[in-house]
Amino acid sequence: MRMLFAVALLVMVQVAAFAREAAPAADDPALEERLMTLAAGLRCLVCQNQTLAESQADLAVDMRNEMRKQMRRGASDQDVIDFLVARYGDFVLYRPPLKATTLLLWSGPAILLLIGLAFMARSLGRRRGHIVEAPLTETERARAQALLGADSEAEPS
Amino acid sequence: MIPELGHFALILAFSIALAQGIFPLLGVARGNLTWTRMGHTAVFGQFLFIVIAFGALTHAFIKNDFSVLYVASNSNSMLPVQYRIAGVWGGHEGSMLLWVLILAGWGGAIARFSRHMSEEFVARVLGVMGLVSAGFLAFLLLTSNPFLRLIPAPPDGRDLNPLLQDIGMVLHPPMLYMGYVGFSVAFAIAIAALLSGRLDAAWARWSRPWTTLAWVFLTLGVALGSLWAYYELGWGGWWFWDPVENASFIPWLVGTALIHSLAVTERRGAFKGWTVLLAIFTFSFSLLGTFLVRSGVLTSVHAFATDPARGIFVLVFLGIVVGGALLLFASRAHRIGLGGSFHPISRESMLLLNNVMLVVAAGSVLLGTLYPLVLDALELGKISVGRPYFEVVFIPLMAPAMFLIGVGPMAHWKKASLPNLATRLRWAFVVGVVTALLVPLAMGKWSAPVSLGILLAAWIVASSVAGLLERLRQSRDSVGLLAKLGANSRSYYGMLLAHIGVGVFIAGVALVQGYESEKDVRMSVGDSIEVGGYRFRLDRLSEVPGPNYTASRGEISVTRNERAVTRMYPEKRTYRTQQNPMTEAAIDWGFYRDLYVSLGERLDSTTWLVRIHHKPFVEWIWLGWLMMALGGLLAALDRRYRVSVGAKHRAPASAPRLIEPVGAVAR
Repeated sequence: MRMLFAVALLVMVQVAAFAREAAPAADDPALEERLMTLAAGLRCLVCQNQTLAESQADLAVDMRNEMRKQMRRGASDQDVIDFLVARYGDFVLYRPPLKATTLLLWSGPAILLLIGLAFMARSLGRRRGHIVEAPLTETERARAQALLGADSEAEPS
Repeated sequence: MIPELGHFALILAFSIALAQGIFPLLGVARGNLTWTRMGHTAVFGQFLFIVIAFGALTHAFIKNDFSVLYVASNSNSMLPVQYRIAGVWGGHEGSMLLWVLILAGWGGAIARFSRHMSEEFVARVLGVMGLVSAGFLAFLLLTSNPFLRLIPAPPDGRDLNPLLQDIGMVLHPPMLYMGYVGFSVAFAIAIAALLSGRLDAAWARWSRPWTTLAWVFLTLGVALGSLWAYYELGWGGWWFWDPVENASFIPWLVGTALIHSLAVTERRGAFKGWTVLLAIFTFSFSLLGTFLVRSGVLTSVHAFATDPARGIFVLVFLGIVVGGALLLFASRAHRIGLGGSFHPISRESMLLLNNVMLVVAAGSVLLGTLYPLVLDALELGKISVGRPYFEVVFIPLMAPAMFLIGVGPMAHWKKASLPNLATRLRWAFVVGVVTALLVPLAMGKWSAPVSLGILLAAWIVASSVAGLLERLRQSRDSVGLLAKLGANSRSYYGMLLAHIGVGVFIAGVALVQGYESEKDVRMSVGDSIEVGGYRFRLDRLSEVPGPNYTASRGEISVTRNERAVTRMYPEKRTYRTQQNPMTEAAIDWGFYRDLYVSLGERLDSTTWLVRIHHKPFVEWIWLGWLMMALGGLLAALDRRYRVSVGAKHRAPASAPRLIEPVGAVAR
């Protein structure tokens, strides 16, 4: 009888707990958030092109566990990254470090921008010294009009 | 038998494409009219035989003919019929077949809708397209034949990649290819203009609607790819800077530069050489994208090295196309001329600056995409280039271009005045700043990137509206608001819509980055959790059979302030043939927010890891892209591209405005 009562009580507790709050997936949500922020910039080494934060591959889970363990031991973000780079190389970083082989990668956009702006300045300068009014001769324009037949000065677009 | 017929049709199509590439070009050069006119017939013949080949492959898919290797690799008898049809372009060989089908389709459209253009010009355009098509058909026949037999036939196929069994993936490749291949038209027109030596306003005007249309398709293709990644990959991200995505984004950026540069060439006769170069580069980047995605070089440089046939073919083809086009350009460059003059402060220079920024951005994305490949090929080490790099590089390059969207359309051609622009845009600027301050206040959290994004978005929208209002005030000869609205052309509204679309896109990105929230929880039946003001409760877990998979499904009820909002059904599917588990996220779509629930792993028989996102305004991202595409479509349908067939026989002085358009260029 007592046994039955205990079971009934247990069932009632279950029912009472029916609206309980879902537990966070991680035991330590603050640490998990730090881990995931860090993992979002790292590569899952066995995936096509996925971050360590997104991947469910076994190796990715293992790597996250390793990172978690180190963070619990008090390792800083940089310590964790240093450890991973030492073990897996620069390949694990989605933000490549600045070194001799990546110099062109990091300076490339600025160089391209300078080239682009220089090109633009040259093109504007050349025009200033070489102004040609009326790009088309009248006969050319008339021919274009005739070929196309529509209004060409209706509105700028 | 039918697959062999398909193969044979493909060989015939190749021969016809070769004829289409050779005879019209020679005919124009030698003044042989019969040869010149062959392009028109050839293009339809080529289209017909590629349709037959495509039909044969589709037939093999529908009938589950697993004696065809490609069908056996990409289909399965359990696969629902709509995905069997989509399976035709689910793999490499079939997608290349789709590519040549679309190419021939564009060729047919050119032949059909360009009767008003000079015969030699159209012959040259069709000739160039024939050569491109012959190259791709040779690629198909030599390295990627979709009709290869597999004897003895396996009892069943390996199935389509489950990720591709989705409507987004059904539509994404055709759209993307319509765009990629559409730029071959812009390329062919540019080459034809170089060959004829006449880069006049007629050339630019003729090229514009075609180029814009290609851009519209590419825009939709990129957007669909991003949307698909969002709901299908199950991580809630919408852009990953993946090399495959970049391969479509680079031609999009250069193509965007091209449609702006074409505007200047058509209106003002300036930037002719630059426009031609952009047309060449846009198509070259489309080819490069194909090379990157199709050669396997992205997966691994070394995999590429062990089976290089496809990659080498595309690379050589790319070399011939780019090299030949650039050589031709160099030999004709001195004849091109500068065109209309303009002041350093003018709409022309602003469009030039826009071009510089877009091209530099495209170059930077290209650099980041290729750098790891090159480094690896040179054995200088393996690196990864991902989101952190691209965001650091791309955003600072694009932000000034976004600012220019507000100024450019307000600036006068030839010469503009900065004080004048400042006066006309002061209210738009005030609106931008105030919105940038108010939105973070309303959302309850301030951050500099979000505020900057909102500033740019509001600035673009407000300055576009300011431009429209100014036009309405100035159109004095029309009475009434409707008449005044009607006085502006479709291409003007198209531009407006596309620019506002950029604003909507930026707002969506800024808001979702700044204010999304997510939680990872363990859920058993009955557990609930609050995310972003909504309460999610797991009501039930069940096993649900699908046509070719079984799914574990959760039923989640969503409430807000005790009121029911929706029910969501995230699934974890296991496909029978390819045993990988697939996450099928449940999304409650909304204009102001998406709720996004995906199942992680099963912890025990009643408990799952569940990830729940609240994503405010995320759909504005694709809404913005859709507006850009619709804007482009509106611009391509502008009346002035629709030209009277009889116009060329009339006297040049006849008032063209009075001629009611009959033919259509871009319909």
